[in-house]
Amino acid sequence: MTKTHSISVNINGKTYTRDVEARMTLADFLRHEIGLTGTHLGCEHGVCGACTVLIDGRTGRSCLTFAVQMNGRTLTTVEGLSVAGGLNPLQQAFQDHHGLQCGFCTSGILMSLTELLSDNPDPTEQEVRETLTGHLCRCTGYAGPVRAALATAEQLKNIKGAA
Amino acid sequence: MGVKNFGARVSRFEDVALVSGKGRYVDDIHLPETLHAAFLRSPHGHARIKSIDTSAALRCEGVHAVLTADDLPEQMRKQRMPLLLPNSTMSTLRTQHSLAVEEVCYVGQALAIVVADSRYLAEDALAAIEVDYEVLGAVSDVRSALAQGAPRAHADLDSNIVSEFVMKYGDVEAAFASAPHVFREELWQHRGGGMAMETRGVLAQPDVMTDALTLWSSTQTPHIARRMLAEILEVDLESIRIIAPDVGGGFGPKAIFYPEDAVVAHAARALGRPVKFIEDRREHFLCATQERDQYWNVEIAVDNDGMILGVRGDMLHDTGAFVPWGIIMPYIAGATMPGPYVVPSYHLACTVAFTNKVATTPVRGAGRPQAVFAMERLMDRVAHELKLDPADLRRRNYIRPEQMPYSVGLIFRDGKPLIYDSGDYPRGHDAALELARYADFPRRQAEATANGRFIGIGLASYVEGTGLGPFEGVTVRVLPSGKVRVTSGATSQGQGTRTTLAQIVSDQVGCRIEDVTVTIGDTAGIANGVGAFASRLAVNAGSSASIAGTHVRASIMKLAARTLGLPESEIDLEDGKAIGRGGNRPTVSFGELARAAQGMPGFSMESDQPVGLEHTAYFAPPQAAYCSGTHVVEVEVDIGTGAVKILNYSVGHDCGNVINPLIVDGQVQGGVAHGIGNALLEWMQYDENAQPLTTTFADYLLPMATDVPICAIAHVETPSPLNPIGVKGAGEGGTIPAAAAIIAAIENALSPFAVRFTETPLMPDRIVRALERAGAYGEHAA
Repeated sequence: MTKTHSISVNINGKTYTRDVEARMTLADFLRHEIGLTGTHLGCEHGVCGACTVLIDGRTGRSCLTFAVQMNGRTLTTVEGLSVAGGLNPLQQAFQDHHGLQCGFCTSGILMSLTELLSDNPDPTEQEVRETLTGHLCRCTGYAGPVRAALATAEQLKNIKGAA
Repeated sequence: MGVKNFGARVSRFEDVALVSGKGRYVDDIHLPETLHAAFLRSPHGHARIKSIDTSAALRCEGVHAVLTADDLPEQMRKQRMPLLLPNSTMSTLRTQHSLAVEEVCYVGQALAIVVADSRYLAEDALAAIEVDYEVLGAVSDVRSALAQGAPRAHADLDSNIVSEFVMKYGDVEAAFASAPHVFREELWQHRGGGMAMETRGVLAQPDVMTDALTLWSSTQTPHIARRMLAEILEVDLESIRIIAPDVGGGFGPKAIFYPEDAVVAHAARALGRPVKFIEDRREHFLCATQERDQYWNVEIAVDNDGMILGVRGDMLHDTGAFVPWGIIMPYIAGATMPGPYVVPSYHLACTVAFTNKVATTPVRGAGRPQAVFAMERLMDRVAHELKLDPADLRRRNYIRPEQMPYSVGLIFRDGKPLIYDSGDYPRGHDAALELARYADFPRRQAEATANGRFIGIGLASYVEGTGLGPFEGVTVRVLPSGKVRVTSGATSQGQGTRTTLAQIVSDQVGCRIEDVTVTIGDTAGIANGVGAFASRLAVNAGSSASIAGTHVRASIMKLAARTLGLPESEIDLEDGKAIGRGGNRPTVSFGELARAAQGMPGFSMESDQPVGLEHTAYFAPPQAAYCSGTHVVEVEVDIGTGAVKILNYSVGHDCGNVINPLIVDGQVQGGVAHGIGNALLEWMQYDENAQPLTTTFADYLLPMATDVPICAIAHVETPSPLNPIGVKGAGEGGTIPAAAAIIAAIENALSPFAVRFTETPLMPDRIVRALERAGAYGEHAA
């Protein structure tokens, strides 16, 4: 049998310890070993961005990352975005602004926009678009995701202003 | 009946699961004991298979089976895939074997399947299969396919020609003979793949206790797939259930039933375990059907005022190595070319030829973008030569609304005369021009020119036959819980079909939209179904939902009247309740009525009381419903790099009554993005041996967020008289005229250099070369 390696990784606040083959990608690990199928694979060569997750708070392509590299790391996937069983403001904005159609690329887009809004709470449309160039969406023509991201920024600003 | 949801911007109830990572796409379905498949694929465009040795692969770790054509049951080995759309003009009806027999005819054609404990192990074993090939001459460029002495795409055929047919009406010879002006264009048009972000996938689960077989598939057409699979496997149709769960985009290629689907189903039955195959992106580039090259050689005859007298020419279509959907794309192209204009005479000779590439089948637009490009390039040429404003020239030639219904003179792909049922082309045109501030453009262009910038404007108009038959069905049933269940053979790959159907049904039966549950894409849900293609579901399934909802409403009313002791005219149906108007507003819920409609065991039903609050309707449209529109695009060209930036994109769009503007706008916007890809980026390239060269997203470029502006969209609603809800399809109109309008805008931006463009995609290097030839850099080098 192929040699395996023991890894321990925190995903969405929960620690998992598993034995994995060195060649297993992070995406396959998340989807098939942990059962978090919200992270999707669109190209497996690092261009489409559907598989994007947060690794220690920064975006990374789970199709180009091996699971063994994640030992001791903290990950957030799309399943970790929802709050108290409901949608977070970004997810809600995607529904309100028709930010998705088939939904397949959406998980990765949500992760990149989460990073953007954390780094830059008041992005311009151009900055949102530049972030989205890390993702391919065949359905929406990007209008919905752009509107959703800008609306979320506006909403978070208002919440902050009120606090 | 109150209309609350039809026409409203209802947000989609599909979305909550999808934004939470709780979608269920095929590869998300994990069944115990599942095995994983990988396919051995031809590395050659054309070769004879001398031998295949699978013995080493069978010994690899975790391998459960390695099957070649020789290992398949006799019927499956011998029979080619069923041809869905035969056509009398086709001299060769050739579809693919499930696994290659003796010969491979394109790079990627499957020769063998490995089934193993994981995809990793299955791919390991692929490398251990030895195939001895005799490489044969391959046909790559469709133009060379027709040459004397050209290699044959199939060794046993004596010609590469699949079909030659003519579409014509009127006296085109006379029109051209007497015309004061004739202009000719030679056009090359390429369209690439569907490139849904989810690749194809199938999971087959055999049930050894019942001999049933369940397939989860990323298909657009589960009922058609079931029919084909039953034929190939020689089993009873009802023993197969096909479920299209959440599907990550379709765009045409997922409407096809693929050989791999049949082989995976067979492997699962043979092994008695679930087998899953998930296509990777490279396989998608190699083996998922595409559209590809068309070469048009066309001319237009006009009078001194630019009025069209006739159009004629020929067109050559590269169909690839097989014809799973016959010749419908070139056929649709030929029927689409006259478009929104009065074209008194028309003659188009089409040739369809084999090449050693993956088969072509419809991709969003299905031959129409090419036809519109050909026609609109001719119109722009006329405007240029006769010094007419391009918009004015089009307005002069439009079919007028009072001419509806308008018979073009051709037979459309639905077998019916090409008769536009409705439309107001000048109004759609004016709406788009207004959004684009077309009248002000000369000022903007002069200002840009003064600043050394090159901006241009272009427009294109189209008519699209949508809502094609044969039918789609919808069952509406009130459950004892009071919820309303809707099932349909319709499918969704992101179009929001569930929300749309729920809008229609909730209005009809009088319940809250959140109390409607919609199950689609499951052959167990309804006896007969067709699926998603040809922008057909709003028309077909939408109409059936309306009709079925109306019947269920009538049943509810009848039972409520008896229960409440009131005449039907005194009862309102609201929020899932039947409410009497008078007195203390006596009320009975839909749930109570649904239970009453089941009767009591052993007791007779009341006379004329319906059994169950349920109805199934199959709307079968008499012919296509013709949607239309005009796109106006403003671009800026960087003459140093050939880069094109789209500044503004305006759409006048008529899909009849709009059921949900949020969804329709999304369809238009997404369609335009696809058209931008076709115009500027997407090119599936092959070398002279038909070896694919662009098999990653780094080589084959899709539009990104910085390439696609937010479109301004105006809806011109001329209801179709051909269906009860007055709708026409909206899924493809965004794509159809986009390339034509964008190329026209680029040409207009570069008008100081008098360059002309007759191709898509128009890449930056081609723009720079055209500018070089025009001497642009001599004059503007500084």
